[in-house]
Amino acid sequence: MTTWTPIIAKAKLTPDTGICALVNDKQVAVFFDRKTDQLYALGNYCPASNANVLSRGLLTSIAERLTVSSPLYKEHFDLCTGICIEDASLSVPVYGVRVTSGIVEVAA
Amino acid sequence: MKRIIVVGNGMVGHHFIDQFIQQHKLDEVQITTFSEEPRLAYDRVQLSAYFSGKTAADLMLTSNQYYDDNGVRYVINDKIIAIDKTAKMVTTAQGRIESYDKLVLATGSFPFVPPIPGNDQPHCLVYRTIEDLEAITASAQASKVGVVIGGGLLGLEAANAIQQLGLETHVVEFAPRLMAVQVDDGGGAILRTKIEALGVHVHTGKNTQEIVSGENCRYRMQFADGSHIETDMIIFSAGIRPQDELAREFDLTIGERGGICVDNQCLTSDKDIYAIGECALWSGRIFGLVAPGYQMAKVAFDHIAGSAEQTFQGADMSTKLKLLGVDVASIGDAHAATEGAQSYVFTNDAEQIYKKLVISACGNKLLGAVMVGDAEEYGSWLQLYLNNIDLPGAPENMLIPPAEGGIATLGVDALPDSAVICSCLDVSKGDICAAVQVGASSLDDIKTSTKACTGCGGCAALATQVINAELTNMGVEVNTDLCEHFAYSRAEIADIIRVKQIKTFADLLAQYGSGHGCEVCRPTVANILASYWNDYILEDDHLGLQDVNDVYLGNMQKDGSYSVVPRIAGGEITPDKLIVIGEVAKDYGLYTKITGGQRIDLFGAQLNQLPAIWQRLIDAGFETGHAYGKSVRTVKSCVGSTWCRYGVQDSMTLAIDLENRYKGLRSPHKLKFAVSGCTRECAEAQSKDIGVIATEGGWGLYVCGNGGMRPRHADLFATDLDTDTLYQYIDRFLMFYVRTAERLQRTSVWLENLDGGLDYLKQVVIEDKLGLVGELEQEMASNIANYQCEWKTTLADPDKLLRFQHFVNSEQLDPAIQFVPVREQIRPASRRERQQQISVVKLD
Repeated sequence: MTTWTPIIAKAKLTPDTGICALVNDKQVAVFFDRKTDQLYALGNYCPASNANVLSRGLLTSIAERLTVSSPLYKEHFDLCTGICIEDASLSVPVYGVRVTSGIVEVAA
Repeated sequence: MKRIIVVGNGMVGHHFIDQFIQQHKLDEVQITTFSEEPRLAYDRVQLSAYFSGKTAADLMLTSNQYYDDNGVRYVINDKIIAIDKTAKMVTTAQGRIESYDKLVLATGSFPFVPPIPGNDQPHCLVYRTIEDLEAITASAQASKVGVVIGGGLLGLEAANAIQQLGLETHVVEFAPRLMAVQVDDGGGAILRTKIEALGVHVHTGKNTQEIVSGENCRYRMQFADGSHIETDMIIFSAGIRPQDELAREFDLTIGERGGICVDNQCLTSDKDIYAIGECALWSGRIFGLVAPGYQMAKVAFDHIAGSAEQTFQGADMSTKLKLLGVDVASIGDAHAATEGAQSYVFTNDAEQIYKKLVISACGNKLLGAVMVGDAEEYGSWLQLYLNNIDLPGAPENMLIPPAEGGIATLGVDALPDSAVICSCLDVSKGDICAAVQVGASSLDDIKTSTKACTGCGGCAALATQVINAELTNMGVEVNTDLCEHFAYSRAEIADIIRVKQIKTFADLLAQYGSGHGCEVCRPTVANILASYWNDYILEDDHLGLQDVNDVYLGNMQKDGSYSVVPRIAGGEITPDKLIVIGEVAKDYGLYTKITGGQRIDLFGAQLNQLPAIWQRLIDAGFETGHAYGKSVRTVKSCVGSTWCRYGVQDSMTLAIDLENRYKGLRSPHKLKFAVSGCTRECAEAQSKDIGVIATEGGWGLYVCGNGGMRPRHADLFATDLDTDTLYQYIDRFLMFYVRTAERLQRTSVWLENLDGGLDYLKQVVIEDKLGLVGELEQEMASNIANYQCEWKTTLADPDKLLRFQHFVNSEQLDPAIQFVPVREQIRPASRRERQQQISVVKLD
């Protein structure tokens, strides 16, 4: 059964930015897209730069895909699949995320 | 296998060898080259760059590695002293004996030292090799005054060099004008005025009789007219002589006034010996430029390799240079010696510009030209001359700028494919077009594929025009869209934001863009919004736009930790503040380093620590240094007249005032400034976006310099400014740059791409050609009025501070950030060290 961990009130999130949460010893990056009002959750570890920094990247749309651009060397990771656009052999895990009674919850 | 010996490894000798390497002919021959100098070939054309910071290594044209990889044998510090033409053997000074099938003499030339009594004293030097430059540098340390004998091309370069070394500089010329070979009286006069304005003393028509001991300086030079000057150092630069000693001694035919006679194949009087470059005499002429030398190298290569029969047919001696910052160019028959030639002259005393066209008797061909002070049209005029193209209009109109009714310079479309664009490397318009057709689209591409523009670099502008014209002909549209979300250039978006008073990215995207935005357009728009409205950059509306460093007001390092840089305006700091920085660094275990911009960088701070670190710095009176922003970084300075015995203005106060005036200004790219208190230029202002150099009469403003990856010498923009005018010009300049530059375009590249270049920029900023200066000044005033220390604002806002932790739901630090000791400080642990967790410095 999926366990949902409450993280933060959605009202505390700044649109179009990411945050990092500690969920079951895993670092999870959560992004909030203003235009679609959607939340996305990915692993925070960037396999291209070997640092826990993805939550600090910029949101980027490439054609129809929504991605985060890694802050160090700018690789793009698809927010829905976790796959790197530049190098499909790199990917980050994708986690479940939802809002319950105004609270952001992550399953990881 | 054919054995080829190349005597001399200068630019031409190396170019000859490089033909075999580039054309993969080394399987058929074994090449051995000898150099009497302690190093292989280097770029003598750029020799003066040694004084502006280039090292011997930077100037190298080849390397041991390159020769080793290609199987070229080389011997340095040894010299051929004997040739046995019958046995086909050479002997070196160290007793080495080598046999050859073909011998190539590329021995170059040596500086002519006039036979003046006293010319052999210790501080009497020449200007030819890197060793000569080292000797000049050493002598300059014990000298105050320097004289260059010879006001030709090399002499003026030498004068530039010793002036840069801080010496009072004199040029002594026998002829009645400077650069007597290349320019005429009118041009020589303007050149003299310009050079004297730069502080170099010029003495023409002076015949030095002897060099004796001086009273105030080391030496006194006694002239034939009874006058004299005193100096501590003398550099002879009175022309070159072909290095033909070896050929002379071993009975090759030598010209009456020296030089090894060669035919159209560059063969000497011996059928197995060639001579190329400055040692060779072709049709009674020595060619003292690199381009003809390269042509000879190519001809000799073709002849030896047995490929297409290229012959040497003489060479064009047209030349364009920047001497002491003054543009000088000479094309073809500069002195109108051709029968029936007619001259047209344009003189502008106010701006110190001189131009002369020499036109054929029939009135429609260009025979020659002289340009001093402005050599903008050199490229197109040279093409008219070289390709014997009919003049595009009346000669007098060619001398007038197009903006004032003159005719536009020749378009590259008018050039035939055979037109040589790069004469150093012999690359034609057709070669460049062919490279564009197979995919090259930038000057860098062309440099790699055709080698054009890798010699003297003088053809860069023309080559770029050829590339762009060919791209246009191919129907390639140069796309200046910022990114897929905005079909506008950065300059257009800046106009939209300013004119439509747009205050947020969301508004701009809704009205003018599509999609969600990206890491290109978001920071660019954030930057423009900040340039015009200067809101707090971490406002909720702006937060998601900020680039990686801006968003946490720190510089992210490779492991995800940050560096902290407080502002130290002008590099001036009190002992108490230094102690605070030291204490903060110690308490948080930060690595400290002095930056190139005269401040202190503290590395290894974790996100969680940034607010506490900044609180302590701000309590001690520091402000943010904006090291994370595309914004004004530092104003580097010397102490100027306050302490230095040479300083003529208070550069320290100006530097601090400038830094405080422009701090926080967001711009298309980072901006670096410097202020020097005298022309010794210790603050290196000429390598900055904005450089100010003090003179007796006020401030000299230099713009658009750059260090870094592609260094660019700043251009002199205005002289003898008072402080208020200086601020006014800089205000206008910066806001015009903010308004019109592309994203991440430094001022240096911006200027190079600005239509009309420096002159246009002066018209906009100084003469107010566009009627904009009021607006630009107002925009800057509003920017200055809205300045805030972003860290101070952030520390006062508890909501903003919540973002400064690694986990939004835990106070833990990022366990992956670990450090190991190095030289009593720390550095990030490597991935392997992190996994092994060896001797990791624990943070409290």
